[in-house]
Amino acid sequence: MDATEIGLWGVPLAILGGAIRVSTPFIFVSLGEAITERSGRINLGLEGTLVFGAMTAYAVAVMTGSPWLGLLAAAFAGLCFGLFHGWICKFPRVNDIAIGIALMLFGSGLAFFFGKPFIKPKAPNLPAIPFGGWSDIPQVQAALDVNVLFLIGAVLSVILWWAFRNTRAGLIVRVVGDSSDAARAMGLNPDTVRLLATGVGGALAGIGGAYLSLYYPGSWTERISSGQGLMAVALVIFARWNPLGCFAAALLFGGAGALGPALQSVGVTQGYYLFYAAPYILTLIIMIATSSPTRSLAGAPGELSITK
Amino acid sequence: MTDRFMLSRRQLLKTSAAGAALGLASAAFPIRRAFAAAATVGFIYVGPKDDYGYNQAHAEGAATLKGIEGITVVEEENVPETVDVQKTMESMINLDGASLIFPTSFGYFDPHMLAMCKKFPDVQFRHCGGMWNKDKHPMNAGSYFGYIGMGQYLNGVVAGHTSKSKKLGFVAAKPIPQVLLNINSFLLGARSVDPTITCQVIFTGEWSLAVKEAEATNALVDQGADVITCHVDSPKVVVETAAGRGAFVCGYHANQSPLAPEKYLTGAEWNWAKVYKMFVDDLVAGTPLPNFTRGGLADGFVKMSPLGPAVGEPARKQFDATLAEMMKGGFAVIKGPLKSNKGVVVATEGQAFPETAIELESMDYLVDGVVGSTA
Repeated sequence: MDATEIGLWGVPLAILGGAIRVSTPFIFVSLGEAITERSGRINLGLEGTLVFGAMTAYAVAVMTGSPWLGLLAAAFAGLCFGLFHGWICKFPRVNDIAIGIALMLFGSGLAFFFGKPFIKPKAPNLPAIPFGGWSDIPQVQAALDVNVLFLIGAVLSVILWWAFRNTRAGLIVRVVGDSSDAARAMGLNPDTVRLLATGVGGALAGIGGAYLSLYYPGSWTERISSGQGLMAVALVIFARWNPLGCFAAALLFGGAGALGPALQSVGVTQGYYLFYAAPYILTLIIMIATSSPTRSLAGAPGELSITK
Repeated sequence: MTDRFMLSRRQLLKTSAAGAALGLASAAFPIRRAFAAAATVGFIYVGPKDDYGYNQAHAEGAATLKGIEGITVVEEENVPETVDVQKTMESMINLDGASLIFPTSFGYFDPHMLAMCKKFPDVQFRHCGGMWNKDKHPMNAGSYFGYIGMGQYLNGVVAGHTSKSKKLGFVAAKPIPQVLLNINSFLLGARSVDPTITCQVIFTGEWSLAVKEAEATNALVDQGADVITCHVDSPKVVVETAAGRGAFVCGYHANQSPLAPEKYLTGAEWNWAKVYKMFVDDLVAGTPLPNFTRGGLADGFVKMSPLGPAVGEPARKQFDATLAEMMKGGFAVIKGPLKSNKGVVVATEGQAFPETAIELESMDYLVDGVVGSTA
């Protein structure tokens, strides 16, 4: 191994590398939640879906030897969780937030139950594309090993951003999210639209889970998520329900999360607990700076139970 | 007051149920009386019991008790260090009839285990770690721990021979004495090979944070560290990430060589089977259990993983020689003259702290050569 000294350059490099490595689950979960919330429903259960997706992907990859089949299985499992949430919330006087919390615990518990035999075996990982070939510094090469899922996530956020504005499906989701009455007047069934939107959101969260267990950190343990699914749901509000904003916020969180270890590695060792809190402090500052007592959250879907 | 009433009601129920059960048992279930020495032993883990780490080491020890005649082992994993662990202990005692309980995680002790000690004076509790103090804590409690710092010293010896960049990396959870001793021992082991070696430490702040541990490992490798070890609950992520980046790894808690067969040098492992067997033998024989149990490599509380294929001949020689020295007892990792990395003298010329020295259990410094800070 080449032991090139890169010194302080390690910090921006680690933030860049961390943004790429850590952000992917945030991207998928927050994009999925953006679709669900745009349709007027909140699915807080995505943390459970993320963990269950991670377990499913790992288990299927171990059994079949193919990480891609694992990824598909995780997406399918996520779809089922999402549809389940959407189906229950269809009934009158059901609170989507409460169902979400129940599904979060249910998903994690089910994943722990089925995941027991898969902690020991080793699954094949999803491939990464080395974009760092131009550099002969191994650290740069390592930071620019970009997983295909990250690229898919980036492309998906642009497509979603465009689709929400310009496609029939996007407009249907938005009208259902902004006013059920208007949607019904147009002959749309809000429950069906929300069911599908929650299902798609769940499938994306499942893919985010697959990234955790099949690429980075790349193994199935019961502590794999440490609350990333919940953070991603919060990111959607932070990003004002805008898919491009979700992508940017996920990158920000990934990079800020890498700051603490990177600073310690170059010898800035005092106060590391404070650096670990950086992403959350950043969120607070942005939330406070953009808040206003005179208007509601800009971009918030009108049917969302937190804004109604 | 409600609380007190609840307690006494529960106690009353328990006592009457036990009385009824006793009457019934002698009349209707004579089989149960056949095991005169029957005892139930409870184990509580903070994480999953197959985590390639801390909990797995304990669970492997517990598993060896399962074959012993008359001993029933009950286990519960993923028990948070909150009032949950009290409920787990109560149910192990009331429902499973446990007479000896091992709450294995650091944070179970105060106030959870202490509360249970008071409530169930006939049940024995033994906590893994260094918290029990005979002046302050009840006598049906106790602590057991191993001198695993010696194992990290041996890790350091092998790492010192293997490292080309002369920079080592350590992913640590929290700056508590046991962790600091491991970091210091790892560096001093490496410095016994080459006194210019340094060790970079990164604290993650939690016992188990998969993504942060992976980030820390990447940051260490980015800064040129080429041998990585750790003190977190589950070293799986650190070992896999480091090996994936081409760095060598030394293990901790349990044997992680299956995760990285080519890059795994050696590792400091617990051998709790030995400790648990000792306690259970005492329990079966009816002799009082010891309250303060400590041991190291020589006592079989701690063991080393077999050396990996990347370990060279000079490293193997020094490893064997150092291990033989340690097995004689009295080996001191922390010995003078030694300064902390802030320049404070921690051991003067001629001063030595062998593994049994109680001062080591309150360590609050990193030695010279470790890059990092305890706060």
